[in-house]
Amino acid sequence: MTTEIILAGFGGQGILFTGKVLAYCGLMAGKELSWLPSYGPEMRGGTANCSVCISDEPIGSPLVANPDILIAMNGPSYNKFIGTVKPGGLVLVDSSIVDEACTRDDITYVAIPATDMASESGMNGSANMILMGRMLVESGLFDMDVVKKAMEKCIPPKRANLIEVNMKAVQMGAASK
Amino acid sequence: MKGNEALAEAAIRCGCKCFFGYPITPQTELSAYMAKRMEKSGGVFLQAESEIAAINMVLGAASTGVRAMTSSSSPGVSLKAEGISYMAGSDLPAVIINVQRGGPGLGSIQPAQSDYFQATKAMGHGDFHVMVLAPCSVQEMVDAVTLAFDKADQYRMPVMILADGLLGQMMEPVTFPEAKTELPDKSDWAACGHKNGRKHHIINSLFLDAPLLEAKVKERYERYKQIEENETDAELYMCDGAEIVVAAYGATARVAKSAVTKARAEGIKAGLFRPKTLWPFPVKEINQACKDAKCILDVEMSMGQMIYDVKLATECRIPVEFYGRTGGVIPTPAEVYDEIKKLTGGAQ
Repeated sequence: MTTEIILAGFGGQGILFTGKVLAYCGLMAGKELSWLPSYGPEMRGGTANCSVCISDEPIGSPLVANPDILIAMNGPSYNKFIGTVKPGGLVLVDSSIVDEACTRDDITYVAIPATDMASESGMNGSANMILMGRMLVESGLFDMDVVKKAMEKCIPPKRANLIEVNMKAVQMGAASK
Repeated sequence: MKGNEALAEAAIRCGCKCFFGYPITPQTELSAYMAKRMEKSGGVFLQAESEIAAINMVLGAASTGVRAMTSSSSPGVSLKAEGISYMAGSDLPAVIINVQRGGPGLGSIQPAQSDYFQATKAMGHGDFHVMVLAPCSVQEMVDAVTLAFDKADQYRMPVMILADGLLGQMMEPVTFPEAKTELPDKSDWAACGHKNGRKHHIINSLFLDAPLLEAKVKERYERYKQIEENETDAELYMCDGAEIVVAAYGATARVAKSAVTKARAEGIKAGLFRPKTLWPFPVKEINQACKDAKCILDVEMSMGQMIYDVKLATECRIPVEFYGRTGGVIPTPAEVYDEIKKLTGGAQ
């Protein structure tokens, strides 16, 4: 089985990092994986997205055209990708930022105010992890101990305090269901 | 690890002691990795003032017998063309990496395969070839670097790794070989210090005596003949009984593989021919892949460049159709699948 994921939002929201954590989750779980960033002339405040594939078999195209899972963290990204999600797919949006209403009834649509939840808990900038946490519960893709291991791989030891903060945000997202 | 970083780490493990480059997207992570790691591993990293300077530094370093490398992306590789021709003319081994982007001109920074002609047919002026390797995954990038250094030394010629922005930017799991401790002995030709202990070794590409130059070039073409006989490599995927064979290399081959897998699942007899060496082109291998084929679909991120080698290699016995995207647009598996379906009329 192959799970294809697109993560999209503003540059600076941690889109590429979230994708990297998911890719490392795949590695920790012994799966095949690929991570491909959009690398246009992007910068903080511009748009950023990445494709992540997690599979039991070798991965063909690493560029995801029709995702099983979409995490959209701003309006332009939501509008760009919502039409591409496979029927039966899972879509998560940050409703603190995305105003658009869902126009599809053939997908599972989850809207959580991740940015507000993060700032209310003093974890500014962790909306990405909250959304990932919720996505993991909705999809059953990886267990929390796998996520923890992946996080330890993605964050350098000298910034180890961030592992705890990120894991707290992931748990908060998971508990929001 | 990112493809670009994997290329750099692999080179260090191959005993590459000199890296000269000039930054350009989508290849920059390679130079950045070298800047961080090269010195620690006892080598030299130098950001040159231009691509032309960088390739000539590689020429100089290679002349002394050390393993040397440079990397760039399409517009930068054009600038290196003169130096590559000089290295070929001086029989110098080196590895040159092209992480291709859209062209012509400054083009785009997105992935492309529009430098195929340049790499395989005309990497500079004069009668010469460079060996051209085409990896399609981060792991194969590592394997290609190892092979490139070995073949460069074995045949005393520049070897190019023709990657693209997608392979350079993507992250995949990868395992590295142990660092090499023994490197080939080049003391019979390298121009390094000897305190008048032997005759001079001269590295030169200028031969004003025409018959002498002709003899030099002919000797080189004898080596090329051996390479064509011994060094071709290709992956054949589901080619047994395939009535349509998709021909694609590099990142495009991954897209094509997804399409072929889907076509087979739908009952269409499709296969994939993926050259891993572009020069020498795997003539034997493509003919084996196409022995049951009624049609070949060549897919590239260009307007159609490898297609001429596909037609020549199969001597136009089978119709060769083309599908391509260019300028930095990546074809999707669905697009390639639709082409397969169109050409075969669906399941038989």
